[in-house]
Amino acid sequence: MNTPQTRRSFLGKLWFLLGGVALAEAFWLAGDFLRPRNRRTRRGTPSSIIVAGPVERFETGTVTAFREGKFYLARLDDGGFLALHRECTHLGCTVPWRQDEGRFVCPCHASSFDIHGDVLSAPAPRPLDLFSVRIENGIVKVDTTSPLKRNVFDASQVARP
Amino acid sequence: MAGIVTRIWRSIFTRPIKVEGERDQRRAVREWLALHARPVRVRESTLPFTHTFGLGGMSMVLVILLMATGVLLMLAYEPTPATAYRSIEALQQDYLFGGLVRNVHHWSANLLVAVALLHMLRTLVTGGFHGLRRFNWVIGLSLLAGILAANFSGYLLPWDQLSYWAVTICTGMLGYIPLAGPWLQGLMRSGQEIGASTLVMYYAFHTTVIPVTVLVFMAFHFWRVRKAGGVVDPVPPDPDSDAQPGYVSTLPNLLMRELAVGLALVAAVLVFSVLVEAPLAGPANPGMSPNPAKAPWYFLGFQELQLHFDPLFSILIVPILGAVFFLAIPYIRYAPELSGPWFLSPTGRKTAAIAAIAGAVATTAMVLVDELWLHSISDSVAPVLLRGLLPLAIICAGIAGFRFYLVRRHSPAGAEQVQAMAVLLLSCLVTLTIIGVWFRGAGMALVWPWQI
Repeated sequence: MNTPQTRRSFLGKLWFLLGGVALAEAFWLAGDFLRPRNRRTRRGTPSSIIVAGPVERFETGTVTAFREGKFYLARLDDGGFLALHRECTHLGCTVPWRQDEGRFVCPCHASSFDIHGDVLSAPAPRPLDLFSVRIENGIVKVDTTSPLKRNVFDASQVARP
Repeated sequence: MAGIVTRIWRSIFTRPIKVEGERDQRRAVREWLALHARPVRVRESTLPFTHTFGLGGMSMVLVILLMATGVLLMLAYEPTPATAYRSIEALQQDYLFGGLVRNVHHWSANLLVAVALLHMLRTLVTGGFHGLRRFNWVIGLSLLAGILAANFSGYLLPWDQLSYWAVTICTGMLGYIPLAGPWLQGLMRSGQEIGASTLVMYYAFHTTVIPVTVLVFMAFHFWRVRKAGGVVDPVPPDPDSDAQPGYVSTLPNLLMRELAVGLALVAAVLVFSVLVEAPLAGPANPGMSPNPAKAPWYFLGFQELQLHFDPLFSILIVPILGAVFFLAIPYIRYAPELSGPWFLSPTGRKTAAIAAIAGAVATTAMVLVDELWLHSISDSVAPVLLRGLLPLAIICAGIAGFRFYLVRRHSPAGAEQVQAMAVLLLSCLVTLTIIGVWFRGAGMALVWPWQI
């Protein structure tokens, strides 16, 4: 049996609709409060660029940690530079550099990476993330705005003086 | 003067407090606010301690203990990365029994996870999920999820090395979920990495949303138990006999037992908390991961799974399959719907014991084979196939084969088969957790417990 549409039944449905809208607004509001805020500084602003120092300070085949920028500056044997994000790509532990073994070894699940950040042993799924390196007038600068993901190391990622 | 005091007293307590005789006892249960949630009389056969071990009541006592100590902790705690760790140290040094209050909170929370899991196991093996109890099983699982959420969010708050890296690893796992992973990870970290906003969010959820939700669900849970006629009867009434099941008055028979269990539990937690300090490592240092970095113990089974499966399987597919199975348990059609005594019947007892042993042995064997042999040959070769689909298919075939063996050899009823399968899965999870807690050392390598 179809009850005929009356003004009363229409207004009743309207109330339900309004209730639904109010609920949606409440969820929208709560969702916005939970939304992660990106408190990092914008790309290219002075505070996101870390001045690592003059090229000559870094010997070839060494890795230098930069605590405030959360990266390692690796100087390859051919003199090129790579800025490697210090977070393991598996679950985000901080990977220390072992100079004697010549590789990064994650303390959490034993992933290891070579000086290019390439994976030597799993479970890490991809090489260490990169920050872009610029060399201006013999000074190495690293932009730490956002880490760059990559699937494999290739020569174009290296900054050369 | 005496008149006004009497009048005030009587306005609060409308009946004499002293309860004498069964009529009074029944009236008290019915008319006192604190007792009226209970039935006036209960089946005598449900009363023995070994039928339920009081696990549901214990969970409630622990929740009350957690709320009481939690409020005290809130008075001392400061939820910012710069001050959180120091406020915990100050709590232990400057407050009267501050350390003890923290210990009670910590150990009650951990005990609650174990007690709630045992309560689930008891409900499972006494068939407490049929008929009117069907949806209450789902509410119970939701409560378990709420307890885990409360534990996990509380784990971050001390802001020490343990909490920082455990939460880093657990939220790191979320990143492997396809499509929604990075978004979900950002949501759970409240940003790119764990920091001030993460701590504030976890603090807010830990102290408001989660406990309130748990309380509401608890009330719902109890109400459904009451509507189903109390806990499952271990001696179901025989339909062929005319004998009426024996009932006794709730006060004192049930309430005194509950009081005894509750007080014994509180005493045990207090003694344990006096003797054993809650762990507190050095202050959180984002630049240095401890070795090994482990999740809290109740997630170590999953972390162990991580080491053997491709992330897509260990984080998403296997947990979802497990959750679907446990949610489906009450909605499977059973004929007959067995319930009552532990493990349902002698056949149920035998098949459950075989399943528990099989789960433990098979899990240990698979972990050893993978760790000592497969790891060396399967590194980074088509991981989705070799460390995902293939082992999952083998495990599913193994479970199906095991069920076939049980049916052929012991001919269990449907309810007993499902019970055996659930016990098998729980046994696997417990074994993985034990390996994760006691047999994983530096770099998550397999070691003996005394070498950690």
